[in-house]
Amino acid sequence: MVHQYQLNGYNIVLDTCSGSIHVVDEVAYDIIALFPDKTTEGIVQAILNRHPDVPEKEVLDCIAEVEQLIGQGQLYSPDSFASMAGNFKQRSGNIIKALCLHVAHTCNLNCSYCFASQGKYHGKGGLMSFDVGKQALDFLVSHSGDRVNLEVDFFGGEPLLNWEVIKRLVAYARSLETKRHKKFRFTLTTNGLLIDDEVIDFANREMNNVVLSLDGRKEIHDRLRVDYAGNGSYDRIVPKFQKLVRARGGKNYYIRGTFTHANADFTNDIFHMANLGFTELSMEPVVCSPEDPAALTPADIETVKRQYEILAQEMLKRQKAGQPITFYHYMLDLTGGPCIYKRLSGCGSGTEYMAVTPWGDLYPCHQFVGEEKFKLGDVWNGVENTALREQFRSCNVYSRPQCADCWAKLYCSGGCAANAYHATGDIRGIYEAGCELFRKRIECAIMLQAAAAEITEEA
Amino acid sequence: MKRIKTLAT
Repeated sequence: MVHQYQLNGYNIVLDTCSGSIHVVDEVAYDIIALFPDKTTEGIVQAILNRHPDVPEKEVLDCIAEVEQLIGQGQLYSPDSFASMAGNFKQRSGNIIKALCLHVAHTCNLNCSYCFASQGKYHGKGGLMSFDVGKQALDFLVSHSGDRVNLEVDFFGGEPLLNWEVIKRLVAYARSLETKRHKKFRFTLTTNGLLIDDEVIDFANREMNNVVLSLDGRKEIHDRLRVDYAGNGSYDRIVPKFQKLVRARGGKNYYIRGTFTHANADFTNDIFHMANLGFTELSMEPVVCSPEDPAALTPADIETVKRQYEILAQEMLKRQKAGQPITFYHYMLDLTGGPCIYKRLSGCGSGTEYMAVTPWGDLYPCHQFVGEEKFKLGDVWNGVENTALREQFRSCNVYSRPQCADCWAKLYCSGGCAANAYHATGDIRGIYEAGCELFRKRIECAIMLQAAAAEITEEA
Repeated sequence: MKRIKTLAT
């Protein structure tokens, strides 16, 4: 399967199954498009009609080049992965390598669009005790098999409302590393209100990544991210974020925003973040029911797709000016990206990745917490709902018939089970709007790679 | 004349 598109002056050809990416001129672009349906003579005739200035010999040379790439398995390569799709998860058995620790089901903000219903996940509020957290870490280590790299995200609600427990859990995990031959990578996701010098010092010493919630422009951020008195939080958190990021050397963090119907023109918020001095940026579409006033409409989806293109073009400008910014979804490592087994198996929710509630209950990921039928078990007894785990184990890009003809399937790996469930009622469903946005992001990300290669070549 | 540049496999 081949996908061709033109963006920002680049003609790009993706070969889905080999992962090959080609940047071509207009003649090659047209030849590749004609290749499956026409004979060599037919292609030559069509190209000479369309590009009368190109000598016939050059057309034949280009056809030979295309044939060579096909022979090398880099164009129109066959899809031979269907039989491998479940292998990695089957081979991994019941290994778990990552936990999202919900250390606080409560929050000091009252954001109306919160997927976690103001941090309580449609249930009661509460904080995780050290004993529950310690048991969760023991559960993770004892189920991690031969995996060395383990990941723990301190999440909520607002995790800083349970700061003392976080510090003790980090210390406990560190005490296990040498004797159990494990390496913990910690992430902290916070709204920033409780950041102080002690949090900055500890986070910059122990957290491999911090995710800082900021929606961009003050009027956008303060419209929804308010405290229980209705006051916006922008003025209180921005200086704290700037101080934390400076102390961190400007690395290993993300400013993470959410865009809604109110700011489908979200690039203005990203550029605002950049103007505040932040360079590592992530901006995501809101996750909510279609009836919610914050929900993106079909018209918004078209706006957002155009915004992704504007963002890519602006990033290119800033890169050339020596002031680059990083957008999470545009980070593609073309030489050291995930292997095919990872691409076939997806994010690992419900199998190698689980969320833990403050009371020790296990869910397939943070977005399923609070939906009782998705409870997998708990950190004392392990996974008891094995049928549910098997459903998630069988969840991959080849288990979704709608993905069969999608050129982006080995980039998205079938997408997010939670988004699919909330959109269709089935974890193996398809969240169409999410797919559209994902494909546009990948097109933009690859265009940026083509531009970067050109800049390197010129240098 | 090479009209195709391969960026990645």
